[in-house]
Amino acid sequence: MCEACEDLIDPKETELDAVIAQYVREKGALIPVLQKAQEIYGYLPTEVLKRVGRGLRIPLSKIYGVVTFYAQFRLMPMGRNVLRVCLGTACHVRGGAKVLETIEQELGVKDGGTTEDQRFTLEIVACIGACGLAPTMMINDEVHGRLTAENVTEILSKYE
Amino acid sequence: MKTLLDPCCDRCTHTPETPCRDYVRCLTEGPICHDDPACKAEKQRLLKEIKPNEENQQIFVCTGTGCASCGAHNIVDSLNEEINHQGLANTVNVVPTGCHGFCEQGPTLIIEPRQILYTLVKPDDVAEIVQKEFVEGERVERLLYVDPLTNQPATTFANANFFAKQTRVVLNNCGFINPEKIEDYIARDGYKGLTNALQKMTPVEVIDEVKKSGLRGRGGAGFPTGLKWSFCRQAIGDKKYIICNADEGDPGAFMDRGVLEGDPHAVIEGMLIGAYAIGADEGYVYCRAEYPLAIKHLEIAIRQAEEVGLLGDNILNSGFNFHLFIRAGAGAFVCGEETALIASIEGKRGMPKVRPPFPAQSGLWGKPTNNNNVETWANVPHILRNGADRYAQFGTEKSKGTKIFALTGKVNNTGLAEVPMGMTLRDIIFDIGGGIQNGKKFKAVQIGGPSGGCLPDEMLDLQVDYDTLTKAGAMVGSGGLVIMDETTCMVDIARFFLNFSQSESCGKCTPCREGTKRMWEILDRITKGEGKEEDLDNLEHLAVVVKETSLCGLGQNAPNPVLSALKYFRPEFEAHIRDKNCPAHVCSALMTYSIDPDKCKKCGLCAKSCPSGCISGDKKTPYQIDVAACIKCGTCADVCKFGAVIRA
Repeated sequence: MCEACEDLIDPKETELDAVIAQYVREKGALIPVLQKAQEIYGYLPTEVLKRVGRGLRIPLSKIYGVVTFYAQFRLMPMGRNVLRVCLGTACHVRGGAKVLETIEQELGVKDGGTTEDQRFTLEIVACIGACGLAPTMMINDEVHGRLTAENVTEILSKYE
Repeated sequence: MKTLLDPCCDRCTHTPETPCRDYVRCLTEGPICHDDPACKAEKQRLLKEIKPNEENQQIFVCTGTGCASCGAHNIVDSLNEEINHQGLANTVNVVPTGCHGFCEQGPTLIIEPRQILYTLVKPDDVAEIVQKEFVEGERVERLLYVDPLTNQPATTFANANFFAKQTRVVLNNCGFINPEKIEDYIARDGYKGLTNALQKMTPVEVIDEVKKSGLRGRGGAGFPTGLKWSFCRQAIGDKKYIICNADEGDPGAFMDRGVLEGDPHAVIEGMLIGAYAIGADEGYVYCRAEYPLAIKHLEIAIRQAEEVGLLGDNILNSGFNFHLFIRAGAGAFVCGEETALIASIEGKRGMPKVRPPFPAQSGLWGKPTNNNNVETWANVPHILRNGADRYAQFGTEKSKGTKIFALTGKVNNTGLAEVPMGMTLRDIIFDIGGGIQNGKKFKAVQIGGPSGGCLPDEMLDLQVDYDTLTKAGAMVGSGGLVIMDETTCMVDIARFFLNFSQSESCGKCTPCREGTKRMWEILDRITKGEGKEEDLDNLEHLAVVVKETSLCGLGQNAPNPVLSALKYFRPEFEAHIRDKNCPAHVCSALMTYSIDPDKCKKCGLCAKSCPSGCISGDKKTPYQIDVAACIKCGTCADVCKFGAVIRA
């Protein structure tokens, strides 16, 4: 292959094809493949869904049904950091709503929204299992607990 | 460097391809196939390196999700650095562990064999801990846990009420082994239950033993585990599956996370025993994606078990094959329901199916399938290791063994606590939990998550077991205990749970999809002061319809929090409707704010912070709120340093 052609190859696409090839013979492959695809692309654009469908021989209609059923899957681009504020029972009882209010004000977005600078996507979730430290939130894979309206701003400033 | 897992000499031939039936016993008691004092001494030396003793002291640092978020990994690093610096590396070992269960006081560390518990440890404390503990042989008094009940520092962790009142069977290893090392698990008698089952028992005998133990499903419904296994064993099928339900979605419950993070091999061993008993050769762990650390530890544990031949083909030369896979959930509460979970593993929308046929007849890919919860699986090795009788000594007549509860909310000691079935709520909340935070008054305990109920003060002496709680209108559920004090509004809590249930309803059946939504609307109206007299009767009627006609457990149990709140806290609902008053001062629409002129120091902070500019006053006149313009946000009350703003 010549150098000019190499530029035309989308590395993400190659990665996705490798994932599809890895799972194509497995039963129940759709959800793990979609999870990996979302890891690669950050969300699930239509083209990706079509490619997964062709690879796994599953109709797009079925894939769309699965993608829209589960809260984890995203059809729109996400911010660089995903901020999940917990409003489970323990966090609700210990003042999670106040923390959420502060975050909403700070970022200027509501549940499901992404900040204009693509820095954060805000999601409300019901329990991340760190109830002992309520109220809590999770930024990407990191859990932050014992939040207050005061310390939450400082935590946000650590993520670019 | 040689580890416990390495063969002692050339005479050991164990590999996954050429398995030895005595492999597990050989590691701790061996060698078995030959008699050589040198090999024996070597094995005992390696075992001693894992188990704490005077020459090999260990610092168990909790690095579970909770403590890790408070900087536990920095503490591990600082400890290692300081120990090297002091030249103590030969006698002191730092072991990152799973959850100690004492989340409120995290990060925590335990020094063995002296059983010293240090709480709320910061990296700055590390040098002092190492110096005092290992050089001077003294305690760092200020980091000892002080019991809120007695105000006395706990000299050992076993002395602290939080631990002393517990009976740790399933959590026995959590916090005392490195969950990323299979040898740590084996050194504490791991995989001996499996060895017993494979060497000495037929599959039917294993099922009988589990039946005899009285173990019931820990996921919520409490179905007898042995009986469930026998259904799947008897089902006709060329292939059978077993599943571990780790889709712990109940808000306020995190015991499955604790077990998976802290002792993943216990779950794997339990599944191996179950698969042998049922006749399954493939299994899945369905773990929610919100638990990345649990998935990581499980992945490591599966790989290690495969490497030593405890997972795979011809396990321990018994002819029994078992392969285990992980599936990460994709964020749907309903997937905790077993038929929905199976649909999700198959790659479909996670919607429940009508039963029968039950999964035991036709489950995953149409094959007989047995599904148990994490905690249930983690109980199994103990039954097979020590016998059903020893297991059944704990608990009540119909609920045997222990149960892990997640203590959260307005309680002093939040965390995970394992107690014998039948302990009273009072003992759990006030002895282990250390009572209510900030000296407030206990109001209710929510038990069993969105499927459970709220129980009041007068029910505190209730024994916690499956049947007693169901009778009281709650359920053991997964074991979440959310403690509420006088500042919690029960109408708001009922609305909270219905909001959760209606948004997690999959939409397949009408009673759940429409019914929970309408119930939520009524409750929402009541909290906004727009409740009508007939609302409570309508709510009760609707609740019964949803309960009786919904397809799966989510819908059938969704009304429980409302029904129990209405049963025990009806006057509070009535106050919202008739008097337009929220007695707990939570529902903002029903509150009025005013400023006590005697307490007002005229600082003006409230007026500055008020988003609607409805507070007026100056340095000479006390500030006042214009009630008509007030949006009831509560900011003034939050910022006032003198308690002059009155919520009513």
